[in-house]
Amino acid sequence: MIQKPSAIAWRDIGVPLAVLLAALALWEGLVHWKNIPPYILPAPSVIFAKLIEDRELLFSSLLVTLGVTFEALIVATVCGVALALLIAQSKWLERALLPFAITLQVTPIIAIAPLLLVYLQPGNAVLVCAFLVAFFPILSNTSLGLASVDFGLRDLFDLYRASPWQKLIYLRLPSALPQFLAGLRIGGGLALIGAIVAELAAGASGQGTGLAYRIVEAGFRLDIPRMFAALALISLSGLAIYGALAALSYVLLRGWHESARAQDE
Amino acid sequence: MTLGASAVEETQVTAPALVSLREVGKIFPSGLVALADYDLDVREGEILTLLGPSGCGKSTVLRLIAGLASPTAGVINWSAPQVKNNIGVVFQDATLLPWASVFDNVFLPLRLKGVPREAASPRIEEALAHVGLLSFSRALPRELSGGMRMRCAIARTLVTRPTLMMMDEPFAALDEVTRFKLNDDLLALKRRFGATIVFVTHSVFEAAYLSTRIVVMSRRAGRIIDDIEIDPAIPRDDDYRSSRTFADVCRRASQALRVSIEEATP
Repeated sequence: MIQKPSAIAWRDIGVPLAVLLAALALWEGLVHWKNIPPYILPAPSVIFAKLIEDRELLFSSLLVTLGVTFEALIVATVCGVALALLIAQSKWLERALLPFAITLQVTPIIAIAPLLLVYLQPGNAVLVCAFLVAFFPILSNTSLGLASVDFGLRDLFDLYRASPWQKLIYLRLPSALPQFLAGLRIGGGLALIGAIVAELAAGASGQGTGLAYRIVEAGFRLDIPRMFAALALISLSGLAIYGALAALSYVLLRGWHESARAQDE
Repeated sequence: MTLGASAVEETQVTAPALVSLREVGKIFPSGLVALADYDLDVREGEILTLLGPSGCGKSTVLRLIAGLASPTAGVINWSAPQVKNNIGVVFQDATLLPWASVFDNVFLPLRLKGVPREAASPRIEEALAHVGLLSFSRALPRELSGGMRMRCAIARTLVTRPTLMMMDEPFAALDEVTRFKLNDDLLALKRRFGATIVFVTHSVFEAAYLSTRIVVMSRRAGRIIDDIEIDPAIPRDDDYRSSRTFADVCRRASQALRVSIEEATP
C-alpha cells in the first residue's frame, strides 16, 4: 500500500507526541489534584519554568556534556574502525587483540571510573570513560561487516585479480557500511551514558561542570525541579543523537540496503 | 557422434582447444570428491554446455577454468596466457554491487584494471547498449528486475571483451519467457563478439537450444556420459525449437541425464 508522506509523518511522530502530551497532562493534573509538593514531585510546568529560569547554567552544562560525548564518539569511531581493519587483516591480530577489547567491554564502566579518576584529570577521565563504552560496539559491528562480504562478489573481485587495497576500497568498506552505522548508532547512545556515568563518579570530587554534576549538585540542595530539568535535557540529547545517527544511516543506505528499504515501503 | 549435419567433423578438426583439462581432480577439504580424472577440451568459438544434475561438479569445472579454485590433481593447459587473463564469468546470481549504479557495476572490471572513468565510458555505454540497459545506467540494482540484473552482469563481462565467457546457470532463476529472450540475446551477442562460451545448466531444453556441443556429466565425480555435437550452422530460432534435430538432441541428452542420475543412486 502506498501512503502519502504526510500520513507517515503523522503516524511516526504524531502518535508518540500525543501519548507524551497526554502523560504530561495526567502528571500535571495528578500533582495539582493531590497537592504533591514540588520537592517530592514537581509538575511539568514547574520543571519547564525551572528550565527557563536556570537556562544559562543548564545549557552551558549541556554543552560540556555534549562536547565530551562527541569527542569520545569521534575518537571511538576512528579507533574502532582502525582496529576492525587491523583485525580483519589477520587471524593472529584478532586472537591477540580482541580479548582485551571484550574484557574492557564486559567490565562495567561505573567500576572503572573511580580508578580512572585516580590516574587522570577529571575531565580526561570522563572522556576516556565515554570513549571506552562507545568504542566496542563500533569495533565489533565494523568487524562483522568487514567479514560478511558476499561470496559471489568476493569471487568476482578474485576473477578480475583485484589487489587487497582495491578489495578494501571497492568491496569490503562499502559492504561493512550498514553494520558500521548500526555500531555507530549504539556507540552514540553509549557515549552519552559513559559521559554521564563518569561525571557522576567524578561529581563527588566536586569538579564537574556537565549535566550529571548539576544533578548531583541539585540533589544535595534538594532542588528536585532542577534535577528533573537536567534529566529532561539528558533525555532530549540522547534522542537527538540517536535521531541524527539514524538519519545519517538512512541517507547513506537509502536505495540499496534492506534496513533503509524497510522504511521506504 | 554429430546430430543435425555432417559438416561438424570439419569443425572438430579445425577448431583448436582454447583450454584443455587433463586428468583433473578436485577433492574438497571436507573429503568430498567433486571431480576425478576429468578430461575436457574447450574449443575455440564453440558454445559448450555442461549439463548434469546438481552436485555433479559442473560448477566446479567452471571455477577451475576461471582460476577461482585450483585442481588437486591433473593439469589445465591454455592455448595462450592472454586467454587465461581475460575470462568473463556470469554467476548464478547477478552478483552486482548493491550500492553502485548499473554504470558503475559495468565499470568495475575496467576500474580494477586501472582504466580511468572517462576512458572507460564509451566502452561501458557500448556494453550497456548491447544488453539494452543504456537508459538504466544510473539505476541501482534493486530497482531492476531479475532479467535486467542478469543483463547488467552480462554487460559487465562484455566490457573487457573476453575471449572465453563462462556462465554458471545464469538464467535458472528467471521465468521462461525472460529466459527465452535472454537465450536469443546471448546468441546475438555471441555472433557479434565471437567469444567462446562455456555454459552450465541443468535444463535440457536450454542446453539443446544454445549449444554447439553438450557434455553430460555424471553425479559420480563428474564422469562424462555423453558428448553431443550440434551443427553450429543451424539457425537458433522458433523453427529450430520445433525441429527434428532439436527433439533428437533433447532425447539423447535426457537419456544421458537419466543414466547420470541412476549412476548416482547406489
